[in-house]
Amino acid sequence: MTGTGKTVTRVDLCEAVYQKVGLSRTESSAFVELVLKEITDCLEKGETVKLSSFGSFMVRKKGERIGRNPKTGTEVPISPRRVMVFKPSAILKQRINGDSTAVGNGKDHDD
Amino acid sequence: MIKSELVQRIAEHNPHLYQRDVENIVNAILDEIVAALARGDRVELRGFGAFSVKHRPARAGRNPRTGEHVPVDQKSVPFFKTGKEMRERLNRDDAAPEASAAT
Repeated sequence: MTGTGKTVTRVDLCEAVYQKVGLSRTESSAFVELVLKEITDCLEKGETVKLSSFGSFMVRKKGERIGRNPKTGTEVPISPRRVMVFKPSAILKQRINGDSTAVGNGKDHDD
Repeated sequence: MIKSELVQRIAEHNPHLYQRDVENIVNAILDEIVAALARGDRVELRGFGAFSVKHRPARAGRNPRTGEHVPVDQKSVPFFKTGKEMRERLNRDDAAPEASAAT
């Protein structure tokens, strides 16, 4: 499964909202922005965002470590930082693998 | 924050909509992302991040408890890469001084 090679963007999400919910296109697009904004704001505060049957986004703190410039090989310190990680739900993983692998692989549990 | 709280927050900003409508909006967005990934497509949300599907080949695994060999089928896994703006927002003022190494 290599996909249709298409990239889904905000425009497509907006179209989905427009089709399914029946708001105007302008309003649909504003809602797509608002949903992303609410999620982003939450993560910025360091809070985890759990979206059932989709997955959760969380923020992890990374300490300082020594990295390497892959081009020159010079060691450079990597400053401590916060990174965002996405943990897909079991349902999402199953959907991506189609029915074939979703069957009989029930050990995949999630929050 | 969980999905119902997300719905509630959005509903508060939009008193002209029923909570159920907002729920439908949030679900329509998430479903669209899931459907795209299920097709093997990529979802790119500028400023937020990008979802894609990575393929993992079959491999010989091992049951960590018993040490017994188990074949692991090939599979596809969802992958998320944080967007540039999001990465910067997470590291504004408080934590790291500008992620210069991560260009």
